[in-house]
Amino acid sequence: MSNFRIAGKGRVNRSRQLRFSFDGVDYTGYEGDTLASALLANGVHLVGRSFKYHRPRGILTAGSEEPNALVGSNRGNGRFEPNTRATVLEVFEGLKTESQNRWPSLTRDIGAVNDALYMLFSAGFYYKTFMWPKSFWDKVYEPVIRNAAGLGKAPTAPDPDSYASRFAHCDVLVVGGGAAGLAAALEAGRSGASVILCDEQSEIGGSLLAEPTAEINGQLAWDWLEDTNAALAAMPNVTVLPRTTAIGYYHQNFVGLCQRLTDHLRIVPDGAPRERMWKVRAKQVVLAQGAIEKPLVFAGNDRPGVMLAGAARTYLNRYGVKVGNWVVAVTSHDSAWHAAFDLAKAGVEVAAIVDVRGTVPTQLVAAADALRIRTLIGWTVTGTKGRLRVSSVRVNPVGPGGKVGGAETIACDTLLMSGGWTPSIHLFSHTQGSLTWNEDGQMFLPGRGKEECRLAGAGKGRFGLKAAFEDGAAAGSAAAADAGFAAQPAAYHVEGELSFTGVTGHELPTDRDPGHAKAFVDFQNDVMAKDIRLAVREGFKSIEHIKRYTTNGMATDQGKLSNINGLAVASDALKRPIPAVGLTTFRPPYTPTSFGTFAGYNKGALFEVTRKTPIDGWAEENGAVYEPVSLWRRAWYFPQVGEDMHAAVARECKAVRTSVGMFDASTLGKIEIVGPDAAEFMNRMYTNAWTKLAPGRCRYGLLLGEDGFIRDDGVIGRLAQDRFHVTTTTGGAARVLGMMEDYLQTEWPDLKVWLTSTTEQWSVIALQGPNARKLIEPFVEGIDLSEGAFPHMAVATGKICGVPTRLFRVSFTGELGFEINVPARYGRAVWEKLFEAGQRFGITPYGTETMHVLRAEKGYIIVGQDTDGTLTPDDAGLSWAVGKTKPDFVGKRSLSRPDMLAANRKQLVGLLTSDPKTVLEEGAQIVLDPNQPVPMDMVGHVTSSYWSAELGRSIAFAVIQGGRSLQGKTVHVPMPDKVHSATITGMVFVDPENTRLSA
Amino acid sequence: MLLIRCPYCEAERPEVEFTYAGEAHIARPADPSALSDDEWRDFLFIRTNPRGRHFERWRHMHGCGRFFNAVRDTVTDKFSMTYKAGAPRPSDEEIALASSATADSAASVKDARP
Ligand SMILES: [Zn+2]
Repeated sequence: MSNFRIAGKGRVNRSRQLRFSFDGVDYTGYEGDTLASALLANGVHLVGRSFKYHRPRGILTAGSEEPNALVGSNRGNGRFEPNTRATVLEVFEGLKTESQNRWPSLTRDIGAVNDALYMLFSAGFYYKTFMWPKSFWDKVYEPVIRNAAGLGKAPTAPDPDSYASRFAHCDVLVVGGGAAGLAAALEAGRSGASVILCDEQSEIGGSLLAEPTAEINGQLAWDWLEDTNAALAAMPNVTVLPRTTAIGYYHQNFVGLCQRLTDHLRIVPDGAPRERMWKVRAKQVVLAQGAIEKPLVFAGNDRPGVMLAGAARTYLNRYGVKVGNWVVAVTSHDSAWHAAFDLAKAGVEVAAIVDVRGTVPTQLVAAADALRIRTLIGWTVTGTKGRLRVSSVRVNPVGPGGKVGGAETIACDTLLMSGGWTPSIHLFSHTQGSLTWNEDGQMFLPGRGKEECRLAGAGKGRFGLKAAFEDGAAAGSAAAADAGFAAQPAAYHVEGELSFTGVTGHELPTDRDPGHAKAFVDFQNDVMAKDIRLAVREGFKSIEHIKRYTTNGMATDQGKLSNINGLAVASDALKRPIPAVGLTTFRPPYTPTSFGTFAGYNKGALFEVTRKTPIDGWAEENGAVYEPVSLWRRAWYFPQVGEDMHAAVARECKAVRTSVGMFDASTLGKIEIVGPDAAEFMNRMYTNAWTKLAPGRCRYGLLLGEDGFIRDDGVIGRLAQDRFHVTTTTGGAARVLGMMEDYLQTEWPDLKVWLTSTTEQWSVIALQGPNARKLIEPFVEGIDLSEGAFPHMAVATGKICGVPTRLFRVSFTGELGFEINVPARYGRAVWEKLFEAGQRFGITPYGTETMHVLRAEKGYIIVGQDTDGTLTPDDAGLSWAVGKTKPDFVGKRSLSRPDMLAANRKQLVGLLTSDPKTVLEEGAQIVLDPNQPVPMDMVGHVTSSYWSAELGRSIAFAVIQGGRSLQGKTVHVPMPDKVHSATITGMVFVDPENTRLSA
Repeated sequence: MLLIRCPYCEAERPEVEFTYAGEAHIARPADPSALSDDEWRDFLFIRTNPRGRHFERWRHMHGCGRFFNAVRDTVTDKFSMTYKAGAPRPSDEEIALASSATADSAASVKDARP
């Protein structure tokens, strides 16, 4: 196996050799390697197939901007992640990785036929090709092409990892730990300000990690770095976070950081979170994110072995890896020269440096000559060869007037390229800060900011080490000063600074047909320069439209490499300057971020709270099946051995109608309304009249919105002249309290009323059935339960089973019933006592399904099920609950608006199916004429539908246009299998005379 | 996530503690029955929906529970000021004064020159 590791170079730990695998082949690397550096050390460049054309692809960069080298990473124990960037993934012992988007293997990939069909996949191919012919969509495009295109496979098993999150506050947040960021953090830290310094890499240092020979204030760069890291670590006010990416910059200096905690570990400690989201609120922010090198755009620039020059230099200097044995560099910028020099000095054969510029700094040419490197100044690259790895490069001289001369072929196994550098302004863009075009540097720079934010170093176009240090120091001390800490920026002396000049452009000149050049702009989305030119020819002028039509910059790397080159090509095609074409918007997250990081602790049982009543445990022990009702879980039914839901509900219903059933109603919303103006407040909020309701009596209350539509309902007891016990629907409790608070605080602040949520203060046990009174009588103290003293809709305070109670004589079943409110902590004890005592009556616990059936048999509605926010009291048949003589209440004025009085409003009615065995589906649509053509005229829908064991048939409610005037008429419910017919009826199906209420 | 100043707690708190409650300074008519259908419709549904300065209601739901008013720019999301429910709509001068006190340098360029 080839070894490309160079002795004495790099920062990887040579004493810690690690084994890992890629596509089933075992390799070795060192502690400190990324997967990319370790593969390159083994001579592996080919790591994947491209998204659309399945072209072989290699490692293009050495950072998080990598568009090509995406792999599946298996960290063991079910920890699999697709699309991991090989340039970011740290190697550890036993790591398993695999290439993606290839079949059957990376070297022999069937999908590569797409590459031969590349003219088919040009700009907008989604919009054009798939339109015709229609049958091709089903048979060819969808199954074949969609299957062939793509990236990694999503894992199928649940993510076994946990994720953490944390809020943090600091005076100065520094994003980026390169020269500028370190200088900024040092200044701010020395000033005494609280500082967070984060960097996405495993080691703090940024580009200094690849600059071992530079000298800073008389120290070699890595010695300076070591001292600086130690100095920062010694400052208690400074927190340094490596492996931490600032993913988004939000309002008021709120910055999200994703810290990767365990991906680099062979053994993950039990319970250790994989990643942590830091939600940082910083007084001042310094962005020192550096710059990203630009590829050059020429035919064959995507072949494995073609790599950014700066990346090659990083692999050499930081990882001790030479990226090839025969190297050619093509560039429009000095930086590729320096990479070529470093490689040549390390013993690599550099066949040529091709510079598209007409003139280059003379010291570069002299240095190349000294290293015996051939220089081709004013030449271009017009093609590359090599199936799975570049094997040669085609170069041509460019004569006066841009005439491209005859080609020459140079053999190589690696081609370095550099088109200059793009400042990383992504986070600044998140703040909606404006950008300005810098004509000299041919780059966008930060303009007017909107946050307490500074940029420093290469991230704002100040290239070079000295500039970065001094700019960072200035930004750090100024940020500290703005946060209230005195600081004086230090000066920096740098030796070994590299020259940094260059030009930028669009595609390199060529002697071949550019319409057939596979010159890639966006490597991840397989967008070529000719695609962008085609989009312009087809009339797209806005860069935002060109982006979406060609998909340039829309891959997971968000165009970190491609946006600026795409813009240059579009600008040339449109014959408008770059700033006039404009830049697309960067959005968070800066780099792909796992869903787990965003979810944090909010998964599994913590995704949403489950509210449980004090009686919930008894229900669980007694075999309840649950259903969720808002955040509560409620006992749905209590099946006995061998019973299905249908049988259980029929048995529970029968018990209530013939003896006694018990039901946990604790989830009902409860609000205590107290004060001298309590009755006046009730009058204004609810439709009903409350003034004459005597203490000790209850009333059904109906609450509307100001628009006149039903919002909530519930039984309300008056305990005293100045005290009401309000109940609400289970799901509506918080909403109703909020609405009441709104009116009380903002419309009627003069009213002396206090509102308190008491939902969780009371356990509520509903005892319903003809034997209910007989059951509780022996346990009640201080309340005369006789019919005369305590009739239907009475409320009293006393004791039950020795504990205080608010006892309500109410019924949601149509039977004689009580709702026993006891302080929550006694709920289960009272429930168990009554259950035990009820055995002689065959007492039966029942759940929400039985509750629903029983109330429907009696024609009682459920707000939110039978109403949907468009029903007035009259629509719901509840006009009797509206106090018409009251001058005002919330929603009253709306009830006389013309539309609210229209004759064909949907009204709530009963529905009996022609076939008594048919239970209609809730939500099913209703039509008058089943034979009309589709789409039919739908006049309403089924809101509630049950099997009634009491009646031996189905029952239903529905809202139907003008429904009450259609009593006795037949309507139809078309369903996929058949059309059902039903008759419109009244809503009370059982005991319409209400004789049982007072049994 | 925005920071919002609760005028009752007299403190800036993160947005998650608050709920939005619609446009401010739309008082419920003292006698709704005296309003025409069109007037009542306007009260119910018609809102200014401006691009720029908006007077709006917020509630410090997970704090003191109080409703209050705020002046916020709907383009930048920036709050100029908050004030107690029932207080009159602040004047341009009051808003300018409040926003310069809280954000004097927020929009400055911060030496963004290359
Ligand atoms: Zn508050």
